Amino acid sequence: MNLALFAPEIILAVLAVLVIILDLFIQRKGWLAALSIVGLLISAGFAVGLWNETPRTIFNSMLAVDNYAVFFKILFSGIAILVILASKDYVSRFPRFQGEYYALILLSALGMMLMASTTELISLFVSLELVNLSLYSLVGFLKDAKSTEASLKYLLLSAVASAVLLFGMALVYGFTGYTQLGDIAVAIQSTLPASDPNVLTNPALFLGLILMIAGFGFKIAMVPFHMWVPDVYEGAPTPITAYLSVGSKAAGFAIILRVFYSAFILPGSLSLDWGMVLAVLAAVTMTAGNIIAIQQNNIKRMLGYSSIAQAGYVMVGLATVGLAPAAATAGQSGLLFFLLSYSFTNLGAFFAIIAISNKVSSDQINDFAGMGKRSPLMALALTLCLISLIGLPPASGFVAKFYIFSSAVQNNLLWLVIIAVINSVISAYYYLRVVKVMWMNEPAAADSVEASGALKIALLLSCLGVLLFGIAPGIAMHFTSLAKMLGL
Amino acid sequence: MGYLSAIVFLPVIGAILIALIPGLGERIIKRLAAVFTFIPLALTVYLFVIFQRGQGFNGALQFEVNLSWIPQINAFYHLGVDGISLPLVLLMAILGFLVVLISWKVHLRVREYFAWLLLLETSILGVFASLDLLLFFLFWEIEVIPMYFLISIWGTGRREYSAIKYVIYTLFGSAFMLAGILALYFTTGSLDMIEIARTIGSISTAIPLTAIFFLLIIGFAIKLPVFPLHTWLPDAHTDAPTAVSVILAGALLKMGGYGIIRICVSIFPQVAKTFAPLFIILAVIGILYGAALTLRQTDLKRLIAYSSVSHMGYVLLGIFALSQVSLVGASLQMFSHGLVTGLLFAMAGLVMHNAEERNLLYLGGLAKQTPLIALVFSIAGLASLGLPLTSGFIAEFLVFVGSFSSTTVAGIKIYTLLAAFGVVLAAGYILWMIQRVFFGPVQEKFNGVKDADNLEKVYMFIFVGLILLVGIYPAVLTDVFNSGILPVAQIFLH
Repeated sequence: MNLALFAPEIILAVLAVLVIILDLFIQRKGWLAALSIVGLLISAGFAVGLWNETPRTIFNSMLAVDNYAVFFKILFSGIAILVILASKDYVSRFPRFQGEYYALILLSALGMMLMASTTELISLFVSLELVNLSLYSLVGFLKDAKSTEASLKYLLLSAVASAVLLFGMALVYGFTGYTQLGDIAVAIQSTLPASDPNVLTNPALFLGLILMIAGFGFKIAMVPFHMWVPDVYEGAPTPITAYLSVGSKAAGFAIILRVFYSAFILPGSLSLDWGMVLAVLAAVTMTAGNIIAIQQNNIKRMLGYSSIAQAGYVMVGLATVGLAPAAATAGQSGLLFFLLSYSFTNLGAFFAIIAISNKVSSDQINDFAGMGKRSPLMALALTLCLISLIGLPPASGFVAKFYIFSSAVQNNLLWLVIIAVINSVISAYYYLRVVKVMWMNEPAAADSVEASGALKIALLLSCLGVLLFGIAPGIAMHFTSLAKMLGL
Repeated sequence: MGYLSAIVFLPVIGAILIALIPGLGERIIKRLAAVFTFIPLALTVYLFVIFQRGQGFNGALQFEVNLSWIPQINAFYHLGVDGISLPLVLLMAILGFLVVLISWKVHLRVREYFAWLLLLETSILGVFASLDLLLFFLFWEIEVIPMYFLISIWGTGRREYSAIKYVIYTLFGSAFMLAGILALYFTTGSLDMIEIARTIGSISTAIPLTAIFFLLIIGFAIKLPVFPLHTWLPDAHTDAPTAVSVILAGALLKMGGYGIIRICVSIFPQVAKTFAPLFIILAVIGILYGAALTLRQTDLKRLIAYSSVSHMGYVLLGIFALSQVSLVGASLQMFSHGLVTGLLFAMAGLVMHNAEERNLLYLGGLAKQTPLIALVFSIAGLASLGLPLTSGFIAEFLVFVGSFSSTTVAGIKIYTLLAAFGVVLAAGYILWMIQRVFFGPVQEKFNGVKDADNLEKVYMFIFVGLILLVGIYPAVLTDVFNSGILPVAQIFLH
């Protein structure tokens, strides 16, 4: 086997161990952050080298090396780099273990990369747990009451979700006898009645599917499996909240799309079934997320519910993939572009919040009053990200919604798109509330918000991404439309 | 990239400069804003002069730019103007420059104010100049953000409520519009308005055209506004700062009328014809109900705001009468209303600023203290009620003549007669307003009130000059409108 195909993951694994070891000797922990960023860049560089290589599987068809996986690997490295940059202003709050903090971020990024490339149920579960275990500890890193509670809540609920997922996978395995996604697809097709090869009526397989949707649904914070989100988002260190809301969510979508697209796309009736289930759940998710977000006073909780609503929009893309003819890839490309745009937007929003919250020592929306006067640029950056979350131009959220909804309309989901666009209007209300507080209310103090250079760079990069994908999305869309999955 | 790109994007370049260059003084910011709105105005006037008129150019797009923008969804950076849109671009360019002058006395957070104002101008110009639906929608949506800030920071009264009401209404309308655009894109595979209008007749559609038509028109109807979707308008107009009221009444409402002509009527002529009676009835209700509400207002700005509801009813009537004359009348009414109501709001702002009073119950006798304001206000008022020699007359006259003689819609004669009654009501509320503000016993408390200063005289006379020019020699505009309207009107002739 060609080791270069696995290089991004190897580098990250080695890097994480290296960071833990060096932590013993290095006093200035900033070097560890720098080392992690350099390592992530190298890893991303190797991933870029794999772009447009012949798609193939490695490790006895356990992992796929295709453009789809490479796209996510680059995305996850980028997210991890930005999160580490933005952590600079936050790590001083940790009493100990700063080195481990970076190592855990690297390990979870490794897990996410594996999630994006796995094509087999057991390795899927292992990579998922690698992500989860790293995140449990990261969420509890502050060691205060809220952070610990969040961590415990996340651990317990996540464990239940994993159990549900495992049960679903066991049923699928029991029905087909395979754990490899491509073999599952073949096994399902071979059991179809010859008289009507498009109909499948096996209750056990359906139950397995539903349980898998539920288990994954926890990861992407789909309603009704979203209960953990507000508490965990509120209690976790803010950079980790950003990481959770973006990285872990994108990884969840990556794996759902891979599993359902590879294993359950045929027969047609099966994908129509899960497509419709996801369409209905998408409608419920975005509506619930948006409506509950209106009442929130804590900005991290508000963004928690907002991220639930955003997951609902992405699920429109998932449903589209289910309902589309197998050859159509516009739905998938729309979903990837939305995830890309959402990642930059949400990271930008959280980075601005880190800086502002550090200054005012509060996450309450009302304490953001007058930021437009105190730190116009910081407030402008947060405003831009919120506008992008609403889906207004010139930010990337606008194009992303247009793109994902346009393929939904093409697959008879006009009803869902109408619900989604009305939801965008509802969301404008609570996003603009933050904008209003920042620009119209009187500031409590006059001094401006200071932030480290690293955080500023992370914020700047995010905002540039938001603007670039909003004004000239063609290049990014070119890549998302090439990020096809390997046919198994 | 062409003249149109320069016209559309110069204001936003000005906005970025104003927002980002540190240490600019108030005077420099205002001058920068004036420069970055004057150049687009000059360029637009130049385009208006060299615009090709005449037989061979009916419906022809001129000054086109067409570049690939997002190839994956077939979206183009496609700008261009024809006879319908060029006068509206001109209107916005004129107002864009004049509102900078009108805003000269703003002293609160000047930098942000002018940045938002210029961004607003770019977005409205972009709406009128775009020929690609996604680009059109992009500009349409951008407009919300500056409006939100302008109303809620520099407004008066219940400004935050009015601002969010405006935003929610607009976004609600554009949400449906987005669904409509997506449905249209799915049906035709194109986002080019002109191409869609040409090809849609020959395409069998999966989604009924009627459904797409109504998805789209909700957004336009909210903006115009059409009764019963007008309730955001009085609040937004009343609480907005003067210059924003001028743009809102002068140019923003026209985005709705323009959208209906350019998209709903041009792309869906059959649906428009089928449902024309519905919209004509709504227009008549809007005209009469709006006028009746106007009569009982006691707040100067609110009164003018409600009169807009009534006046936009004429636009809707003219459009859905679907005859050539009525469509030209509707377009001219949009232009005329932009100038006339723009001037009315500017003058109302002047009265409020100088006399520090906006309630009609306490105003009165100002003609003595501020003769010039009284004169110009009266001219604007008379133009608003449609006095001959002013632009208001010729526009409403064309709407009525065109609608009355239209053969496309049954029963139009009765509706037109009913609508004409709105003119009587307009005479009532306008004259009554002028009387209550400027005549009656002279009040001591207004003795020190200043009349217009030099800068104010400049923009007043530009407004008045334009209103009279269009009133006396309407062909300067109707020739251009006609060349754009003719191809649309011809669809309905057979």
